[in-house]
Amino acid sequence: MNDNPLLSLFGYFALLSLFAVGGANAAIPEMHRIAVEVMQWMTERQFADSFAIAQISPGPNIIIVTLIGYHVAGLAGAAVATAAMCGPTCLLAFLVARTWDRFKEARWRIAIQSGLVPVSLGLIAASAFVLARSADHNIYAAIITGTTALVGFATRINPLWIFAVGGLMGLSGWL
Amino acid sequence: MSDSTRSPAGTPFPVTTLPSLPELFRAFVIVSISGFGGALPWARRMIVDQKHWMTADEFNEAFALSQFLPGPNVVNFSVVFGSRFGGAPGAAVALAGLMGPPLIIVTVLAFLYARFGDVEMLSRILTGIAAAATGLLIAVVAKMAAPLFLKRWDWAPLIAIAAFIGVAIMQWPLPWVFAGLAPVSIALAWMKR
Repeated sequence: MNDNPLLSLFGYFALLSLFAVGGANAAIPEMHRIAVEVMQWMTERQFADSFAIAQISPGPNIIIVTLIGYHVAGLAGAAVATAAMCGPTCLLAFLVARTWDRFKEARWRIAIQSGLVPVSLGLIAASAFVLARSADHNIYAAIITGTTALVGFATRINPLWIFAVGGLMGLSGWL
Repeated sequence: MSDSTRSPAGTPFPVTTLPSLPELFRAFVIVSISGFGGALPWARRMIVDQKHWMTADEFNEAFALSQFLPGPNVVNFSVVFGSRFGGAPGAAVALAGLMGPPLIIVTVLAFLYARFGDVEMLSRILTGIAAAATGLLIAVVAKMAAPLFLKRWDWAPLIAIAAFIGVAIMQWPLPWVFAGLAPVSIALAWMKR
């Protein structure tokens, strides 16, 4: 975009925030495309690590942008990336909240909402694909991913336990 | 809010208390630091079950609005909820409560990672966590896809597959894929009804 990393961070994430239908998980592929491929701010490894750190941190998953921002430009980068990712949509939420009652039953509103469901599903599936490519660089990591997918689908276990097991498996030196 | 200020027969607690700004802030701080793997269930527990600031229906409606908007749902929700009870200051306070503690924690983690990310042990642990977290995301996708793919096939699964191919395989920029697919999908949803 241009040479100033803070401006690039702001521009990319502010734009991305408006297309992130389905929240943080839908925005992962675009973050990856920008941070790893276009701008080459971080390696595949660092991106996968940032995702892992965001997952084990409390709070909204969108916090991964704070990690990317910090990696690019320290504290200022963290602040700018977070503000860019949350600012536009928060402003929109504030404005729409006052008029929501008027159009919540409108046919166009219902069409937009149900029309966006398959789009965000496709985006989140793409996130899983992109992350699997970053994180599963050998067969053992892929086995962990496959197993947790099954466990996550079949049970309602607290994700922290799954992360703990994954972390221990990693520590054991298999991966 | 018509039925919420009274106490309908089915509701054990009347929703009469309105949160003050400090209460709003505290509530969202608690939601944010309890919310591993998604803050929504914690927001519901706090707002509907514990504080009785909203009925379950009101909560669902406010959350539907948050999902309707782009961006992180829980962040949108904090703004919608805060502004309903306290206008712009309420929205700011709820947002600050939700984002403040995680921002501090994650900034510390980012600092530690920048410092020690190359340490072999730490990087192994993170590799394991990333692999496990990816698996959980696949489970989320499967749960979301089940209702769409298992019922009678219509256009929706095709849109989802096209979005996946565009972003994951072709690696096109998200705004392009969105601009190409969202209008088609919305038009199809409009005509179906």
